[in-house]
Amino acid sequence: MRGAFFRALLELAEQDERVCLVVGDLGFGVVEEFARRFPKRFLNAGVAEQNMTGIAAGMALSGKIVFTYSIANFPILRCLEQVRNDVCYHNANVKIVAVGGGLAYGSLGATHHATEDLAILRSLPRMVVVAPGDPIETEAATRAVTAHVGPCYLRLGRAGEARVHRGEIDFQLGKAIQVRDGKDLTLVTTGGMLETSVKVADALHRAGLQTRLLSMHTVKPVDADAILAASHETGAVFTLEEHSVVGGLGGAVAELLAEAGEGVVAFKRFGLPSAFSSVVGTQEYLRVQHGLSVESLEAAIRSTLEKNRTFTATTRA
Amino acid sequence: MSGINLECQESASLARKIRVQTARMIHRAKSSHLGSAYSMADLLAVLYGRILRIDPKQPGAAERDRFVLSKGHACAALYVVLAERGFFPKEWLEDFYQDGARLAGHATHVGVPGVEVSTGSLGHGLPIACGMALAGKRDGCGYRVFAMLSDGECDEGSTWEAALFAGHHRLDNLIAIVDYNKIQSLGTVKEVLDLEPFVEKWRAFGWGVREINGHDLAQIEEVLASVPAESNKPTCVVAHTVKGKGVSFMENKLLWHYRAPDLEEMSSALAELGAEE
Repeated sequence: MRGAFFRALLELAEQDERVCLVVGDLGFGVVEEFARRFPKRFLNAGVAEQNMTGIAAGMALSGKIVFTYSIANFPILRCLEQVRNDVCYHNANVKIVAVGGGLAYGSLGATHHATEDLAILRSLPRMVVVAPGDPIETEAATRAVTAHVGPCYLRLGRAGEARVHRGEIDFQLGKAIQVRDGKDLTLVTTGGMLETSVKVADALHRAGLQTRLLSMHTVKPVDADAILAASHETGAVFTLEEHSVVGGLGGAVAELLAEAGEGVVAFKRFGLPSAFSSVVGTQEYLRVQHGLSVESLEAAIRSTLEKNRTFTATTRA
Repeated sequence: MSGINLECQESASLARKIRVQTARMIHRAKSSHLGSAYSMADLLAVLYGRILRIDPKQPGAAERDRFVLSKGHACAALYVVLAERGFFPKEWLEDFYQDGARLAGHATHVGVPGVEVSTGSLGHGLPIACGMALAGKRDGCGYRVFAMLSDGECDEGSTWEAALFAGHHRLDNLIAIVDYNKIQSLGTVKEVLDLEPFVEKWRAFGWGVREINGHDLAQIEEVLASVPAESNKPTCVVAHTVKGKGVSFMENKLLWHYRAPDLEEMSSALAELGAEE
């Protein structure tokens, strides 16, 4: 995703001289080309995220489209009040980019796990929260947040994720992409879990469960139409994210379904517990530890559907 | 009064209006920070009367000088000077801080022409001012960016992140003015978190520093009219001021960081200030 982001950013900077990149002394090996090609629009603010974010707001209030760039929680939580007051309150045209969303920096430990970011950023007024699922979505998302006037948060994985989409996609902020259609259940995913979600959907399909798969790349504003249609048409909705189950995609979908009065819809949030990981390991290892492997997810979905079927049968009897 | 030139008389008159109106506003609103408004009243009067290249008819003009009130709690004084300069009607001052008012109790840009940036949480103004100054320099625009800081907010790490940045990037179109009244929320600056040696700190961060009496109108004008203080460097004006300056019973009193004057206190204050009526 990181490569896709920078490819798109370089093109955008070529086309629009307002596009600036401000980094917090991170991005070795990936920011240099931008710095070389657009020296007047590149800034390394140093290891000072509060100032970096304030500067970005000041530049945006002077007419720039400013991308701030760092890893994990550094460009959002360290400077959360600057994000809220300086960026969101002023509707400053700042795009915050964090590489290492979720457990991408797994082995570095909990300081580097960005696992509450979607929930926190989602609560800020005016903030658009985007977590693309693969390099194709990342490139499109980079263009979309640049075109959007106002604050955006772009949560990326790392480098080297597989391309999930084949060919062109219709990427619009706030509109889910339907990757698979199905009538038995819907799996809604965001960010880097897209590849896993496709495998889960395929496994369920082999087991006779036709799965609708939605890539909810925009967590805020969430695509309410797609979720409500999914609940009506498939009767079961599951969310999957590499993020705490508190307040992120799962929270957004739960809020929506609860308030829509959808009655009995099988529903479960898959993600991380609200806890600091007590084991050391890579992203893959930690996903398995937290039940986010294809096998665990398939089993958990089937068991939830089974329980729901039993419950529905009992209440109807 | 010999030796005081016409320009200083104008500034003195504007400063008096700021103090008089601010007392009325804070009395009506039963709000706070009169002392903080008074310590910077003379600085604001010179800035808005003599220094800033601004046009109230075009508050968003690209080439305007920017003023960032980082010490947003003292905003009543800013609102007065903006109204005096014609950015918005003076009637707006009347319901400051009250239900349904246009003017909030900390500097707020929403719907208020002339307020560049909303502040209130300390330590935000200088970084934003740095971003504005950097954009201006890189675009070859001639505008300057002035940021008014409190001494208390020099406790904030973000202020020093910005100070380091501005020095490093030689933002000579940036002027930080520290309203050094030496009293912060719960005590004197010396007691709470001593800033000294203060001037040396700014110098060490790469700034050209001028130390002034923040109530000497001629000196304020002379210094602000000749920025940058040192070529190729941002300018820090350390303005030695008195909290509550202008009203004898408020001067250097911590109480007036928070207290709203009652009717009697306001009348005494207005009498001392020589308010008409």
